[in-house]
Amino acid sequence: MAAVDKKPVTGAGRLNGVLTWIDTRFPLISLWESQWGKYIAPKNFNFWYYFGSLAMFVLVLQLLTGIFLTMNYKPDAAQAFASVEYIMRDVPGGWIIRYMHSTGASFFFIVVYLHMFRGLLYGSFRKPRELLWIVGMLIYLALMAEAFFGYLLPWGQMSYWGAQVIVNLFGAVPFIGERLSEWIRGDYVISDATLNRFFAFHVIMVPMILLGLVAAHLMALHEVGSNNPDGVEIKKQPKDEQTGLPLDGIYSHPYYSIKDALGVVGFLIVFAIVLFFLPEMGGYFLESNNFIPADSLKTPPHIAPVWYFTPFYSILRAVPPLFNSQFPGVAAMGVAVVIFFFLPWLDRSPVKSIRYKGPLFKGALAIFVFAFVLLGYLGTEPTNVWGQFGSWLQHADRATVFARIFTVLYFSFFILMPWYSKIDRCKPEPQRLT
Amino acid sequence: MSEQKVDTGKRDFLVAATSVVGGVAAAVTATPFVTSMFPSERAKAAGAPIEVDVSKLAPGEMQIQEWRGKPVWILRRTPEMLEGIAKDAGLVADPKSEVPQQPDYAKNETRSIKPDLAVLVGVCTHLGCSPQLKAADAKADMGMDWNGGFYCPCHGSKYDLAGRVYKGAPAPINLVVPPYKYVGDAKIIIGDDGKVA
Amino acid sequence: MKNITITSRLRALAGIVCALLVMPLAAIGSECPPLQSAPINSHDLASLQSGARTFVNYCLGCHSAGYMRYSRLQDIGLSEQQIKDNLIFTGGKVGDLMLVAMDKKDGKQWFGVTPPDLTVEARARSSSCGSGADWVYSYLRGFYRDSSRPTGWNNVVFENVAMPHALWELNGVQQLKQRQFESENEARAALLSAKSLASLEEQTSMAGGKEVTRYLLKTLEPGSGAKLSKVEYDKTVADLVNYMNFMAEPARLERRSIGIWVLLLLSVLFVLVLLLKWRIWKDVH
Repeated sequence: MAAVDKKPVTGAGRLNGVLTWIDTRFPLISLWESQWGKYIAPKNFNFWYYFGSLAMFVLVLQLLTGIFLTMNYKPDAAQAFASVEYIMRDVPGGWIIRYMHSTGASFFFIVVYLHMFRGLLYGSFRKPRELLWIVGMLIYLALMAEAFFGYLLPWGQMSYWGAQVIVNLFGAVPFIGERLSEWIRGDYVISDATLNRFFAFHVIMVPMILLGLVAAHLMALHEVGSNNPDGVEIKKQPKDEQTGLPLDGIYSHPYYSIKDALGVVGFLIVFAIVLFFLPEMGGYFLESNNFIPADSLKTPPHIAPVWYFTPFYSILRAVPPLFNSQFPGVAAMGVAVVIFFFLPWLDRSPVKSIRYKGPLFKGALAIFVFAFVLLGYLGTEPTNVWGQFGSWLQHADRATVFARIFTVLYFSFFILMPWYSKIDRCKPEPQRLT
Repeated sequence: MSEQKVDTGKRDFLVAATSVVGGVAAAVTATPFVTSMFPSERAKAAGAPIEVDVSKLAPGEMQIQEWRGKPVWILRRTPEMLEGIAKDAGLVADPKSEVPQQPDYAKNETRSIKPDLAVLVGVCTHLGCSPQLKAADAKADMGMDWNGGFYCPCHGSKYDLAGRVYKGAPAPINLVVPPYKYVGDAKIIIGDDGKVA
Repeated sequence: MKNITITSRLRALAGIVCALLVMPLAAIGSECPPLQSAPINSHDLASLQSGARTFVNYCLGCHSAGYMRYSRLQDIGLSEQQIKDNLIFTGGKVGDLMLVAMDKKDGKQWFGVTPPDLTVEARARSSSCGSGADWVYSYLRGFYRDSSRPTGWNNVVFENVAMPHALWELNGVQQLKQRQFESENEARAALLSAKSLASLEEQTSMAGGKEVTRYLLKTLEPGSGAKLSKVEYDKTVADLVNYMNFMAEPARLERRSIGIWVLLLLSVLFVLVLLLKWRIWKDVH
């Protein structure tokens, strides 16, 4: 029996006995060592490498606060809005839990967007990390679904009309669209039936998918090893004679345990500032219209999705209807998300990291990030926010014209990547970390 | 990596300090989650003291009121009933109400502020069923020494008309007397005796 | 990142950024109602209590505050007995929600819409134009006589509002005054010197084949038959708004005071973890 061959646990003081007992019956030590304790990571992680562990942390925070919210929330069109106010007022400590959850939702996206940006900066999607990247993108998709379902639950005007608009997007799918959106809603409009099923998706189905994907993401990471700001594969380095580790590798524990802990505390400071002093974040995290109960007969004057969806919403609005169909806009929006999946095969550069890439890639990335942020901003505003051009452009909305330009730039970043990444003047990648 | 030569004394202090402050932070974070499971303002409002008009309660008549979701009996005892209570002293387990199942002002033979009016939480102290009133003429069912009282249908616990449990019953202690007070002669407030907030 | 070479691309980008940053300034402000900042202090208990009294006397007849419990008024320094004696007219309990006696259907019939619940009104009305409190403060001071409306009232903040002026006895009957200007500068000067809520509208019409722009200034003339002076009325409304702001989020004050302690604790923890991190990482070169 394998269990007999295991070495007793040492180094845990009085707990040695208990841990040995467990370890002979459960792969405790090997699990800990393979997934974290003896996982060898490059020693030069910088600021951008905090966001992976932070995403995990926020996920746990959202699960925990979510569980406690369900103890008092009522997924019933007649009671949902009141039950949220009940949590905010009558449940002891309820407002903290609710604000943690609502602030956490936005911070989840902030952290995940920065984590994805890190991947773009240092080429973390490149071989051999293609699957790691794809699983990560699946997590992002699941997260969008999770956020979308959850946003209906407070049953305010923005919840209601946001869901109405997004579900109607499926109506633009040729032939089956109308039936499809009825199937999603379970009714002819967003109603109690929709709320009830979105609640089920939000608290059970999508969280389970998310957890599974996160586990797969971590297992894939620990299989291929972490990338780093230099894009050097430390696994290919010679081993240090004394420690047996790659020359530029260190154990995650205690080095990255303490560093990630520092990241978490730093994050919590920012998080607490928002939670306790700016929970609405100027209407970006909690929208004022959502303090009005859902009314199926009255649309608020200006509706927009929550900020983390607005870059894609802008793209949707920017694409004009073709052949009397909204479908091209919907399709463009879908492609804008899905195109990330193909990054591992679009980047033809000989180097991974931005540090050794040439001016073409750097410029393209800068433009892309700017386009993403600008489209995000425009998506939160009505299309007339910047007024109109003069008669020379037929009085077109300025914001729409710019959204179109930047939509083209957004897609160009991906579509032209095989070309500009190949002809770029890269610097040679070093053997050791710098 | 070189051999680690760490100033262990300082490191241990730092580890301890960080652990303590981290532990405090974790406890602080846990606080709203734990407190959120206590009764909410709504539950408290629903469990607020109730006012009952007892002026129309005839001798021998019992009224049942809901307080904090539990039945509260208000029984106007006749002189015969009170005599029965006096006779029960030898039959009940705790005739002097030593176990604190009542406010101090109800620690007397009739377990009430005014002898005639009984106020009792109608929940059996055995497993939480609600007993039934059995008058003194139910001797056929309850035995020849029965002077009137309450009988629990679940496991047969018996109480007298002051809510004192009979010896040998499954229930261990007397029925609870809730906090209450009189507002004039005609009204009582259950759940508030001026002492409990 | 090292050696960022500023290419011509980046320079072009910078140009676009500048252009975009300047652009929003041109359009902002055109769609906002005329709002004045509400002079409220959420620590002023006397003001909050006076506001609560105005609320139950003048608003609660038609509007509910159905998520708010009377007992919560203890947060603004009132005792249970005071709440019971002075603020509950329905004979309910202190733990009750602030519900409304009026039938919803009656409301619909009388005003065309059911008067909305006001518990979170002060949060719902916030926008990029101003806080929710600013909106309610301006709205309650923006009623004027308009015989063309079914109720006889109109409002400069909420045009063609269904609600009649509930505080008219205190405020008196304000009148709308409109003045037309040909020059934008003159109009703006008049707007700045206006003593009441005032709005400026741009009107473009075609005259003789040319676009002609006129500026319409709307101001309010003080009301006749008011029980309160303008200063007193403004104070009454400010107190009411202060109360509604409290009611919209009773946890606000607690939130901020807890927040300060949480940040202090986290800062200490941050320093400790940072020291520990430096110590552990000392040997990594």
